[in-house]
Amino acid sequence: MKKIALLFIGLALTTLSIAQEEGSVKQLPEVTLKDMDGKTVKTNKLGFEGPVVISFWATWCAPCKRELNTIHETYEDWQAETGVNIVAISIDDQKTMDQVPVYVNGKGWDYLVLMDPNGDFKRAMGVNNVPHTFLVDAAGNIVYSHNSYAPGDEEKLYEEIKKLAKK
Amino acid sequence: MRNWIIGIAALSGSLNALGQSSLGSITGNMEATFQYLNNDSLIGATQPTEKGLLNSYMNVFYTNGHFKAGARVESYLPRIQGYPNRFDGTGIGMRYVGYTNDYVDVTLGNFYEQFGSGMIFRAYEDRSLGYDNTVDGARLILRPYKGVQLKGIYGIQRYSFEGGRVVGAAGITRGFDGELHLNSLLPRLDSSGFDITLGGSFVSKYQKDDREDLVLPENVGSYGGRFQVRYKKFDLKAEYIHKENDPSVDNGFIYNPGHAALINFGYSRKGFGFALSAKSVDNMSYRADRDKELQDAFINYLPALNKTHSYNLVATLYPYATRPVGEIAYQAEVLYTIAKEKTRRGKYGIPINVNFSTAYMPMQHTSGINPADSSGITYIGRPFDMSDSLMWRDINANISYKFNKSLSVTLAYYNITLNNDVSRVTEDAVGLINANIAVAEIGWKINKKHNLRTELQALFVEKDKGNWATVVLEYTISPGWFFGLIDQYNYGNHNPDHRLHHVYGSIGWIKDATRLTINYGRQRAGLFCVGGVCRVVPASNGLTLSFTQSF
Repeated sequence: MKKIALLFIGLALTTLSIAQEEGSVKQLPEVTLKDMDGKTVKTNKLGFEGPVVISFWATWCAPCKRELNTIHETYEDWQAETGVNIVAISIDDQKTMDQVPVYVNGKGWDYLVLMDPNGDFKRAMGVNNVPHTFLVDAAGNIVYSHNSYAPGDEEKLYEEIKKLAKK
Repeated sequence: MRNWIIGIAALSGSLNALGQSSLGSITGNMEATFQYLNNDSLIGATQPTEKGLLNSYMNVFYTNGHFKAGARVESYLPRIQGYPNRFDGTGIGMRYVGYTNDYVDVTLGNFYEQFGSGMIFRAYEDRSLGYDNTVDGARLILRPYKGVQLKGIYGIQRYSFEGGRVVGAAGITRGFDGELHLNSLLPRLDSSGFDITLGGSFVSKYQKDDREDLVLPENVGSYGGRFQVRYKKFDLKAEYIHKENDPSVDNGFIYNPGHAALINFGYSRKGFGFALSAKSVDNMSYRADRDKELQDAFINYLPALNKTHSYNLVATLYPYATRPVGEIAYQAEVLYTIAKEKTRRGKYGIPINVNFSTAYMPMQHTSGINPADSSGITYIGRPFDMSDSLMWRDINANISYKFNKSLSVTLAYYNITLNNDVSRVTEDAVGLINANIAVAEIGWKINKKHNLRTELQALFVEKDKGNWATVVLEYTISPGWFFGLIDQYNYGNHNPDHRLHHVYGSIGWIKDATRLTINYGRQRAGLFCVGGVCRVVPASNGLTLSFTQSF
């Protein structure tokens, strides 16, 4: 069993080195999640046309909420200028999950909010801790990511979004 | 050894030949934490004999079309403080292969999974706590029709990591779960405005009867059902789980059945939302090894019904976790944002949040029950039948006000009562501990990239270690730098020699998905909790370096 595991790690690492050599890009993994209305959504088929920001957050994570609240203030302008859509992935588990719609609607967020209560998508995306934000192009390739949030980070993110929108 | 090197070489060769489009995708992450600790007799911190401690892990996940595989290497040389002290060595912590398409998802090896709200079965990980009860075995998920989902799991759960190897729990865990979204099957339902989901689960564990003095059930079953109904902006959901008799160390080897019930009702529209929750738990500790305690070998997860706080003094001194042997709990959460049009300046909304939670011991009826008889049943417990013995109460409120683009203030107040005899968090108090906590947070955005954030916190308590005051300063330069300083001052300690400052400084560097932090200072002993699961972290004084990377 251990040998098989080693084989897979070896295989994965070899593939990684090849992928980097050939400039291949990281794609969104396929994980089945639910939105706040209980509708099933596949993470690799979000159905948006332009750039997509995927932001991992939780109701108990203060910097995560600062980031998404700051973007909320300018989200209309961002959408009008670049066609970007923001997907907020809540990693709240059953303990705090029912506070997610209260917070999201109470704050008036217009994001697509997906629930990841057992951390399946968080794990697949390689997120160590929240907040962690990814920028995905129209073809589903992850082109930029940033861990943690400091005020001002949203401007760097917006520059990256604009680069995508111009293409 | 040589065989599999050749194997990899051959495989990578063939992958090269397949070309770029079929290379698949690799994601993953790693984290390493190093500690060098000193003696500090004032706070009871000791230097480990090894002086240096190092935890690290790396996950690598590979997907290519419908195929997936992944593994994690873990290393404890030895484990950092606060982790289970039996963890040691370097080796494979988990690995799996699998296949997924639109209607089937099969995994062999390790997997994480949750049925319903998790009260019957939840395998998950929290690496910051060292919590991991992954199942090693097989899982099949079927989605035969739109709106129908069936899951089956079978395997051995992780208990420990010793000598570089995973140690499995003594028992086998198996179960299945079905979920039905009625609206997908009956689209006519949509026109009524109702949206209905139904679900049911069955889980069973097998563990050999290893006692000569007792006749223990070797197979212990647990089953239950759930529903969720949405109507317009209202949402009602409930789950009930019954567990058969399961004598264990937790319940003192009694033969009572157990139950867990959870009800949530919520409403939310733009600018306003509330949620009400109720929970009843009796004799519901369900583990893959009847002899284990604390956070070990759990099959299920019982969510605590209280808010997860993030300010330091609120989160770490008096936290509350579910008592699996029994509790009745209630919670209410309200958030209202005064629309910006209604405010004086008319530029920013003003959010106001109020939260209340409480938990009581359940009533245990003993009349007409002979605890010494052969049934082994020692009391009768009924759902939502509570005693007047308070275990937890938390009333808290916060309001945020943004003056302009660069200045904002948040004020918060908490009144927490915790029964330290039942839910023990400190050795320095008996009975009910009542604490009042006030917090003021000021955010000042100096310019486009520079920001200073300050937290002033005060905790007032008569028992335990007396009053505390905490100051947090956080200076950030977007997007790359972070400087933090926290001082927790126990100025009200009843023992004047223990009125100590606990100063802890941090410097962090962040570049995209890479983060490096250096921390130095004194940290008091306390409970570190994530999602209602807590671990005791001893006092420490020294250096902590941590590195995280996603890819």
